[in-house]
Amino acid sequence: MKKIMAFLALILVALSAPGQASESAGLSPVELDVFDLAAVRRGATVYANYCSGCHSLSRIRYSRIQKDLNLTETDMRNEFMLGDVRIHDTLKSALSPVDGESMFGVAPPDLSLIARSRGVDWVYAYLKGFYADPSRPLGVNNIVAENIAMPNVFWGLQGIQEPIRSQVHGESVVTGLKLVKPGSQTVTAFDQTVRDLLTFLAYVAEPAQLQRLPLGKYVLFFLLVLTVVFYRLKKEYWKELH
Amino acid sequence: MTSEVVDNDKRRFLTQTATVIGAAGAGLAAIPFIYSMRPSARAEALGAPVEVDISKLEPGQLVRVLWRGKPVWVLRRPEEALTLLPKLDNQLLDPRSEDSVQPDSSRNPHRSIKPGVFVALGVCTHLGCSPSYRPEVAPADLGADWQGGFFCPCHGSRFDLAGRVYKGVPAPSNLEIPPYRYVSDARIVIGEGDKG
Amino acid sequence: MANEKTKAFLAWLDARLPVIAFWESQLTRYYVPKNFNLLYFFGSLALLVLVNQILTGIFLAMHYKPDALLAFDSVEYIMRDVQWGWLLRYMHSVGASMFFIVIYLHMFRGIFYGSFKQPRELLWLFGMVIFLLLMAEAFMGYLLPWGQMSYWGAQVIISLFGAIPVIGEDLATWIRGDFVVADATLNRFFALHVIAVPLAILMLVVLHLAALRTVGSGNPDGIDIKKLKDASGIPLDGIPFHPYYTVKDLVAVGIFLFLFAFMVFYHPEGGGYFLEAPNFEPANPLKTPEHIQPVWYFTPFYSILRAIPSKLGGVLAMGLSIVLLFFLPWLDRCPVRSVRYRGYEFKIALALFVVSFIGLGILGGKPVTPDNTFWARVFSLGYFGFFLLMPWYSQREVTLPLPERLRAPVLPLEEREGWFWQTLARLWRSIQASEAYRSTCVWMEATWQRIQAWLCLQLQRLWIQINQRLSASDKYQSLRAWLKTVRGKQE
Repeated sequence: MKKIMAFLALILVALSAPGQASESAGLSPVELDVFDLAAVRRGATVYANYCSGCHSLSRIRYSRIQKDLNLTETDMRNEFMLGDVRIHDTLKSALSPVDGESMFGVAPPDLSLIARSRGVDWVYAYLKGFYADPSRPLGVNNIVAENIAMPNVFWGLQGIQEPIRSQVHGESVVTGLKLVKPGSQTVTAFDQTVRDLLTFLAYVAEPAQLQRLPLGKYVLFFLLVLTVVFYRLKKEYWKELH
Repeated sequence: MTSEVVDNDKRRFLTQTATVIGAAGAGLAAIPFIYSMRPSARAEALGAPVEVDISKLEPGQLVRVLWRGKPVWVLRRPEEALTLLPKLDNQLLDPRSEDSVQPDSSRNPHRSIKPGVFVALGVCTHLGCSPSYRPEVAPADLGADWQGGFFCPCHGSRFDLAGRVYKGVPAPSNLEIPPYRYVSDARIVIGEGDKG
Repeated sequence: MANEKTKAFLAWLDARLPVIAFWESQLTRYYVPKNFNLLYFFGSLALLVLVNQILTGIFLAMHYKPDALLAFDSVEYIMRDVQWGWLLRYMHSVGASMFFIVIYLHMFRGIFYGSFKQPRELLWLFGMVIFLLLMAEAFMGYLLPWGQMSYWGAQVIISLFGAIPVIGEDLATWIRGDFVVADATLNRFFALHVIAVPLAILMLVVLHLAALRTVGSGNPDGIDIKKLKDASGIPLDGIPFHPYYTVKDLVAVGIFLFLFAFMVFYHPEGGGYFLEAPNFEPANPLKTPEHIQPVWYFTPFYSILRAIPSKLGGVLAMGLSIVLLFFLPWLDRCPVRSVRYRGYEFKIALALFVVSFIGLGILGGKPVTPDNTFWARVFSLGYFGFFLLMPWYSQREVTLPLPERLRAPVLPLEEREGWFWQTLARLWRSIQASEAYRSTCVWMEATWQRIQAWLCLQLQRLWIQINQRLSASDKYQSLRAWLKTVRGKQE
């Protein structure tokens, strides 16, 4: 029995190890805490100010954000709800997909699940990865998403970056970025802004995690007790054999 | 096969404990399944309260709004209709609304929070058709005694301007009054407020 | 008093339905080898997972919409708007992966202990059909969320049917109901996934269990327990399934549920293997993902498919890799069932098979490179070699003499023979003598005591809290008073 327990403990530890996928893709892992509701709230404000103009979050409702962040309807209306949206509405952008496509060549995608489909590591590198590129129609390019059609909405906060190029296999490749003109935020402050936004996006991708994670320990505790009782029962019945 | 004396008491205790804890677990596990059938957030959103602006409502004018898939009437009741209401009592099945559904705030002779505005579910209590609003007095098809009210064309049920059902018609009870409240003098919210 | 009522009810029922005979023949008088080990749990665990899939599936189907325009949104609707919908979804998706883990281990037990051999060939065949149905069920279920991986995975796999000569293209179109994977495909896969295949699986599980009960269970020694019976005709090494294995299976269920809950609550995406990241993007027929790969449990077979350079050849090889399993009872010429008494040829071939299967599985999730293709071919040879060479090597095996009576579920190291186990035993003895091992044992014992003490403490606290809440509750007090009066009336 002890061997089984030790083996199980090993499995659980192994399963708890964070995934290695993003590291192998060259992205540094980003640690976020979705339970830091203050960060989620700040991120929601960043989203409302910089992203909601073009990108919708059509899978989450204002009422859900209100409930999960423990806000009042007045808070919601002051900070996030623009126009005459109602509390149960989803966060649709004012930009229609048709207009978006004609303006950018591709409609700005809905971001409800971006944290799950691309991963927070990628989105983090993406948001910080814009650099000046005169050859592009909007004057910017991105180190993780080549020739992306999106402008750098954060240039005012982050400043302007320029690419550092190196020769890789005979080609000139962007291998790094340097800040040439500072924005209104310091590097640390901007990093925090991006993290807050990412925390919010990670929350939007799966709001249920705020219920799922706290509930887990109770379920596991119950099952542990149940298994111990079953084990004692089994031992009692099997005692008489041999 | 049996080498030791079987400790039946211990067995029974362990079996009972296992059964109780297992049954408790099964009950707890059933909760998500059962609750998943309750109205979802989308149903709640679609069934959310509806605001109605009554500032421009003329006396005798009725507006219809949809709340939870059902028609709700908001009527600016003229003074004459209000004074008429008590005189109709002996023609009505339930003049004091003892057997009908209404919030406590509408438990009064005029069946509304403020007498000048009447709010009701526009659903006939017989089989669910939506009655017509017939404010005119003594029209040809309703007879000389008709003092204004609601007439259901499906099976002929009649209600007065407080939604109270007349005697001798198929409908068994007065029109249902939904929960509603006044946000201001000019706006009411249907779906919020005290229930019956 | 209550006992007599129960007896009377049972008698009434038994006169109309053979419940007592069933209870005795299947449970209390069904004699089963007494030395089942860990590998023997997976059959009943598979039944548990099947029940989970059906229950969660029913409640998911109450909200899911099998329409190409609505499907993806309906899944997110379940995850966000339906109360507890996220839990139902995760239980279903984690359950699907668990099903394959359990089934692969269940099948491994069959190969390991010769449960497929005479007289259990039909049992094995029924099991293989269940495996095929399970693969179909999982494949169709994966299309339903209508994500990028759902769509493109289905597109690739169905187009494989197009490789079949003459009828291929028409067959693929017939399966799809359209020229590409489309709404028609989704809708029919939904119908098949929700009712047709589950019904077939249920029927086959019944047949599988009936075939098992007819011949009786195998055991780790692979001998026939019915050869030696006592005076009343009960096998000497047999114990009744109920209560011994019902109670032992409960422990397995408890441990399994613990691991299952751990995944559902803490790692529902399974590190990207249970729920794949690209599937959180709605299906886009105009945009092909960079890497299309099937879900992890199909990767070994997908690897074999890609290892063969020709499309038809790959399809045939993949088909053969599963068809060969059907022929296992007849490919294996060794009269001995259990690996414990078989020759080294089988042990080496089996080890190579397991390594190849796992290797193929890992490679199936990786992109196509010359290196990966090389190793996929090597492992394919290992996989096919196990089966195709079996008629030859299984006949050459020098087997050990079979015991008369059953031995331990897990043979202790000292009892095992052969240079491999002797070396391992020596290694283990030297580890046991070391200081590190001794202090680890002491630590483990202490930690286990601490865990038990902590559990006891938590339970005591919980009990106190429950008692406090109940004493404060009027409803509970009146319930107790009512119960007392009821009991008083009975006596």
